[in-house]
Amino acid sequence: MKLVSKYIDKENQGHLVLVPDEGEDMWHTYNLISEGDRLRASTIRKVQQESATGSSSSSRIRTTLTIQVETTDFDIGGCLLRVKGRNVQENKYIKMGAYHTIDLEPNRKFTLFKEEWDSVSLERVENACDPAKHADLAAVIMQEGLAFLCLITSAMTVDRAKIEVNIPKKGKGDDTQRKKASAKFFDMVLAAILRHLNFDIIKATAIQTDNRTLIENKSKFVLCHSSSGFKHSLREVLENPAVSAKLSDTKAAGETKALQQFMTMLGNDPDRAFYGYNHVSKANESQAIETLLVSDSLFRSKDLNERKKYVSLVENVKDNGGDVKIFSCLHVSGEQLDQMTGVASILRFPVPEIEEEDHELDSD
Amino acid sequence: MFVIRILFAGYAREWRCSHIVFKIQDHYLPLRLRDKEIDINKKYEELRGSVKSILNLVVVGHVDAGKSTLMGHLLYLKGIVAQRTMHKYEQESKKLGKQSFMSRGVTVDVAHRTFETSSKTISLLDAPGHRDFIPSMITGAARADVAILVVDASTGGFEAGFETGGQTREHAILTRSLGLSELAVAVNKLDSVDWSQERFKEIVTSLKHFLKTVGYRDSDVTYIPCSGLTGENLVEPPRDTALKNWYSGPTLLEAIDNLPVPERAINRPIRFCISDVYKGQGSSMCVGGRLETGYIQNGDRLMLMPQGDIATVKGIQAENLEPGYSFAGDHVTLNISGIDPTVLHVGDFLCDPQEPIPQTTRIQARIVVFNITVPIIKGSQFDFHYQSVNGMARVKKLVSQLHKSTGQIIKNRPRALVKNSSAVIELEFERPLCLEVYKNYKELGRFMLRNNGVTVAAGMVTQIN
Repeated sequence: MKLVSKYIDKENQGHLVLVPDEGEDMWHTYNLISEGDRLRASTIRKVQQESATGSSSSSRIRTTLTIQVETTDFDIGGCLLRVKGRNVQENKYIKMGAYHTIDLEPNRKFTLFKEEWDSVSLERVENACDPAKHADLAAVIMQEGLAFLCLITSAMTVDRAKIEVNIPKKGKGDDTQRKKASAKFFDMVLAAILRHLNFDIIKATAIQTDNRTLIENKSKFVLCHSSSGFKHSLREVLENPAVSAKLSDTKAAGETKALQQFMTMLGNDPDRAFYGYNHVSKANESQAIETLLVSDSLFRSKDLNERKKYVSLVENVKDNGGDVKIFSCLHVSGEQLDQMTGVASILRFPVPEIEEEDHELDSD
Repeated sequence: MFVIRILFAGYAREWRCSHIVFKIQDHYLPLRLRDKEIDINKKYEELRGSVKSILNLVVVGHVDAGKSTLMGHLLYLKGIVAQRTMHKYEQESKKLGKQSFMSRGVTVDVAHRTFETSSKTISLLDAPGHRDFIPSMITGAARADVAILVVDASTGGFEAGFETGGQTREHAILTRSLGLSELAVAVNKLDSVDWSQERFKEIVTSLKHFLKTVGYRDSDVTYIPCSGLTGENLVEPPRDTALKNWYSGPTLLEAIDNLPVPERAINRPIRFCISDVYKGQGSSMCVGGRLETGYIQNGDRLMLMPQGDIATVKGIQAENLEPGYSFAGDHVTLNISGIDPTVLHVGDFLCDPQEPIPQTTRIQARIVVFNITVPIIKGSQFDFHYQSVNGMARVKKLVSQLHKSTGQIIKNRPRALVKNSSAVIELEFERPLCLEVYKNYKELGRFMLRNNGVTVAAGMVTQIN
């Protein structure tokens, strides 16, 4: 993503002009736009025109519109972002208040106006515009008869293909059926790899369990071990030192590590690890938070107060010298964080009172 | 009426996703399992009364404890494996440069053979020991009634399997959690320590202590010294004086023969869990698996769950059994027709069309958490192992934590479940699975949760939501 210009006054009101380059930028944009913001972008609209004689003709016209956002839609597979809203700036084709849906397009600039730019949003823009923070990884996770092909970018994990083939068990004597099924399975995986991966961009491919290599890109493949072929075992792979060394700068690897730390802490010293907003905010009150893990899905909340609540939590923790890690809910680790309420924290010192207070609440 | 049925069966096949058609099948076309009622008990008496009862036995233990060698030798001594095959293996091993012809490599999947003892027909399942293949070991153990735990008695061998990271412990815990209450422990490779009685005693003492903590009663466990390589004390009583001097107990075969056969639920509705699918001759499909409950004969109409299709049984085969019939507890291969091969999966169930197995994406279960480092919290994801099913499950809710022995609620809505605790939780699956509640079907209510190659918890289904 490129930042073209930035006008934000001291009340944090203002607008940014951005140019998305690739699919991932759409995801960032999706996270930036919230209900009530104004968006100006070039778009295509079908316009009905009535001639002097009364016959009407319709034509498609490219025009620049400004809309007040009502809903946004993101398609993970195609990385498409559609923003629906009402027109707030009349031009000769479209009246005030008319509905329009803008399909944001890569490499075309758009302007986003916000009543209030919070620190979380601005940080996201900064991250999205930093080319050093980009890394692309493709992973093929396999077990006998089941394979997933995923693309992992810094903010997203996208499923590209799921391959499922029934492989008969080793039988007595004749195992041609088994061999045939295995060959078919590997062929399908190979075909999927060739179809979905662009070797000019991909930094490394992590392949688990077993594989067939593609000779010319051999150096880009890493073979690692996972206990099963399901998508969540991707986490296991990202924890693997051989892989994380190659991907030291990817967000996915960092997130996985942070979540792992939280889980270990919860196991070893449960008074230093809490999850759920109530517990975490109590920990924050005593300035105990060392690392805050928070899922980006919370900042997409439609409820403004809800969003503010989490933004102030993040800002608070930062002010107190804590580390804040914003997880992408499209990654496996973020997905899991989302499942456990989306917010978790590792504390500097044990605060057993948090849980006790909760108990008193329970008994009421 | 008959024509309509075929028509609807055709529809059902075409529109198997549509619930409306299910309803039509349920209410207007009570498709029957078989047209003529039969007396299963009488049939059982007639077909199985005079023959030896069948016992499903699984062999478990640490990798390289010698499970496959031990069982291979046992089968060889029983004359199941022919001299010619042995010779072939010998040649192959020589080619691979293995020092002994028995070292053939790592077992990766469950092997299945049948042999007979004096009072029983034993259906033997040889499970892999390597930690990467524990999922296969679980499917193997889920199909068995009793287990043999093979331990390596050689110097350092027993310790390697028994200390942390060894599979002896994990396998023992798994077999117990899967409901196999009787265990025979084969203390293998005792020839390598010159049949030392001290070594045998040492191993028995540490195992006894451990197995008690897992939940095995002393009276349910038998210990047999033996050697898979030399064949000592497998079928014939020991000939080596070093062993004969202090051991007068049963041979491995006798110990197997003494294991009790559990009660078979032949009168319950049919539940057949598919563990293997392959093409048969012609257009029919073959499905392998274990009939958990009920009775199947040729011509029966079974419902495939969770798809809801109807299949007709064309043939039933099993080693050492009369073809055409199958009772609960048998391992059989069914030849079925009338079903699209693409809808058959490992882990699906065949059942009585009038009493199909429930399918769900959400269950409540009672679990026992093992020795884990990362606690279980809301949202944790696990590999879910149930019969031959290997799926993904997510913890939706931690309902309550229970006292480990009394089962009383210690805490409602716990924040996390740490190691060695017991709890009631809610699980959610990615796609619908067929499950039974433990209290209705003891054979089918148990499952395992694993993560990162470690078994995290064992559980019983208490409620299907």
